[in-house]
Amino acid sequence: MATAEATRQSRRRAILGRLAIPLLAIFTALVVASLAMVVSGTDPIKAYLALGEGAFGSQVARVETLIKATPFLLAGLGIALAFRGGLFNIGVEGQLFVGSAVTVFIGFSVELPAVIHIPLALLGGMIGGAVWAAIPGYLKARNGAHEVITTIMFNFIALRIISWTIGVDGPLRAPRTVAPETPAVFESARLPILIPDSRLHAGVIIAVFAAFVVYWLLWRTVAGFELRTVGANPSAARYAGINVEFNIVRTMALSGALAGLGGGIQVLGLAPYNFTTGFNVGLGFDSIAVAVLGSIHPFGVALAALLFGAMDAGARLMQLRTKVPIDIVTIVQGLILAFVAADQIIRRLYRIRAETEEGPVNLSELWGGES
Amino acid sequence: MSEPVLRLVGISKRFPGVLANDQVDFELAPGEIHALLGENGAGKTTLMNVVYGLYEQDEGQIFINGEEVEIHDPNDALARGIGMVHQHFMLVPVMTVTENMMLGHETTHGPRLGPLSDLDQERVAEEIKALGVQHGLPIDPEAYVQDLSVGEQQRVEIVKALYRGAEVLILDEPTAVLTPQEAEDLFAVMRSLIAEGKSIIFITHKLKEVLAIADRITVLRDGKVVGTAEPAQTSEEELATMMVGREVILQVEKGPAEPGEAVLEVQNLNVQNLREQSVVRGVSFSVRAGEILGIAGVQGNGQAELVEALTGLAPVEGGHVFMNGQETTHLRPRAITEMGVAHVPEDRHRHGLVLTYPLDENLVLQTYYLPPFAKRSFLQPKEVRENAKRLIQEYDIRTPSIGTHASSLSGGNQQKVIVARELSRDIRLLIANQPTRGLDVGSIEFIHTRIIEERDEGVGVLLVSSELDEILSLSDRIAVLYAGEILAVMPAREATKERLGLLMAGVREAPNSIAAD
Repeated sequence: MATAEATRQSRRRAILGRLAIPLLAIFTALVVASLAMVVSGTDPIKAYLALGEGAFGSQVARVETLIKATPFLLAGLGIALAFRGGLFNIGVEGQLFVGSAVTVFIGFSVELPAVIHIPLALLGGMIGGAVWAAIPGYLKARNGAHEVITTIMFNFIALRIISWTIGVDGPLRAPRTVAPETPAVFESARLPILIPDSRLHAGVIIAVFAAFVVYWLLWRTVAGFELRTVGANPSAARYAGINVEFNIVRTMALSGALAGLGGGIQVLGLAPYNFTTGFNVGLGFDSIAVAVLGSIHPFGVALAALLFGAMDAGARLMQLRTKVPIDIVTIVQGLILAFVAADQIIRRLYRIRAETEEGPVNLSELWGGES
Repeated sequence: MSEPVLRLVGISKRFPGVLANDQVDFELAPGEIHALLGENGAGKTTLMNVVYGLYEQDEGQIFINGEEVEIHDPNDALARGIGMVHQHFMLVPVMTVTENMMLGHETTHGPRLGPLSDLDQERVAEEIKALGVQHGLPIDPEAYVQDLSVGEQQRVEIVKALYRGAEVLILDEPTAVLTPQEAEDLFAVMRSLIAEGKSIIFITHKLKEVLAIADRITVLRDGKVVGTAEPAQTSEEELATMMVGREVILQVEKGPAEPGEAVLEVQNLNVQNLREQSVVRGVSFSVRAGEILGIAGVQGNGQAELVEALTGLAPVEGGHVFMNGQETTHLRPRAITEMGVAHVPEDRHRHGLVLTYPLDENLVLQTYYLPPFAKRSFLQPKEVRENAKRLIQEYDIRTPSIGTHASSLSGGNQQKVIVARELSRDIRLLIANQPTRGLDVGSIEFIHTRIIEERDEGVGVLLVSSELDEILSLSDRIAVLYAGEILAVMPAREATKERLGLLMAGVREAPNSIAAD
């Protein structure tokens, strides 16, 4: 049928159009960062080749990339889900912390068969993250307190409470240790390793599976329809009889659960299988970039998480080979976010016309616009 | 004829995917009221925005007093004596009239200190007063804009244009927000401005108005000039045909109503707005099955809050609402919808549609959670698409595909989507708030016909509109809402434009003339 063919073609063009901005943003960020390298006297091509080799050049490299991408994917999915619901969840960092702490607690306090222990520990982490996110959600639904402010505050609260629990004489503090850390979780709570003698744990599969679940939830369920409608137009949602307040709390809880799952997987999947104060600091914030770069679409987030994972994995080899500091990766990541968020720069630069249909995430709108 | 003050030659303006103006020629003679008539989206406002410097034309030339000019921004336009009063006023509500006049044109006195110079408010206020007296546009320079009525704000806009030295005034849909009496006042002002040698371009889609006031009428359709006519040599029917491109029925056919049981009963309803001001005060009325109750009134007299309270979107402060005999006063929107209430909301972009959603999802906005569109919490995309296909055909929604986002449809088709969604459900009461605002003649005809059809099938209809013509042509009974109170309810046959107009302006009738319904 001609019309079906036309629909397919226009859909293909739409997908290409949606990919164009992120890809060009990545490219531009790499070019700009290479200028910094040239100024500091290194060859950017050499550096990027080393970065690529460090991320994909060997099995060890590829495993590291996947391991590093896993928490980005889960936290990024949480942020993307909240964005779809019209909420800017900056509290993923704190929700991840709470999730890890709860998972670790379940992991080291009881010994159970692995088939029960692992799901129970992860579920605990999800609930921890969900509760930690639902409170700001409730404050917004009830009193209109803006979630950007409250989730930032909740990050601090989470950090301080957990510092206390693993501090001197804290309830989760491992006995007879110098550093503030929890005991390691029991063997029975550790995620199975997928490739023998590697660090590749089953959390990677859980994360990819989560991406499909989020996709299916958003576009194939009644709850997803409500979530998206509240996000796209809360007034129309109310008109359609959707309970907007309930949906805000539910969306935050789901978002926090994904973050909590990400945190839990980090402690159950990677040695030393415990939780310390320096644990994954900044991951929740980097994941905002992952979600935005992934156009807040679950599959886009998966690609973006892979890229960020690869950059983190490859950075060390780059530094080793070319003396370019690891920090350049952070610069690239920051530039990518800047270019995606300020997509007008990219449009101007590459003369891409504004989209007439669904636009990209508008961060400023979520922050100050009508909601 | 003398040299035209404004002449446009071959103006074209393109937007992505749309040719908004296509080789438009237009002339404005000195001392003339030239109406620019056309449906929404015909390119009237675009053309005038080109003249006023808000857009730059892709092709074509602009001549002012015979001299070709380039207009890059409104300051260029104002410097050449062109002033524009937009449909949505460009005033700062928290500033006084004088401060608004000075925006972008600050008059100072004393030492020249750049941004630190002292503003000369007194002088500007004097000038405003003088202008007001000269043109019959009295305004208080000290008043805050937010305290002025819509009619007064419009006066401020006109004086502002005159204050900046406008010789040519562009009025974009100026009567849309006015009562019939206020519109008459505006026409008087327009005539006096003409008498003083100003020229006016009057943008509108209202046929009666152009015939009443214009010296010449240019009709635009799809960005092109269809023709120019003089009021004496044309008629409403001819102009409507020129606007739409086919013959249209201006008066809907409808038989007498056969009212049944009351489907909506409102008793002593009180509603407050977000600032906790009482905006609906002690309102009582009923709508019976098979009749249309029209609520007339100038926008902003409590209509929005009344409808929101009835549909559960806003809390009820006091009083009772019954639907089909059951109390619904404090029910949530969904519970009310499920009682068989359809709601065509006032603002289709804010409430009626999710603009970033494709058509098929918009068409199930009220029913997405019910079978066949959902089975055990799972959406059934196939059923959702089938539903869309059916309604697109039945309601003649012009769209490239069912996956097209609502934002890419024209206003008329967007409204058809809402009407299709609301009327395709099994309903007993239809609440339609401004169902045809901003729509073209063709879409209005379609929606009016559908509303009558629903009535004839036994649905009770509450029609809220600030368009008197709409109220008069559809309603079986008419209530007038003023300042949150119903001043009168009358059978449609006892209503005249004049009587309604006075009530809409808040003039209460002597007790003996208020006919009970």
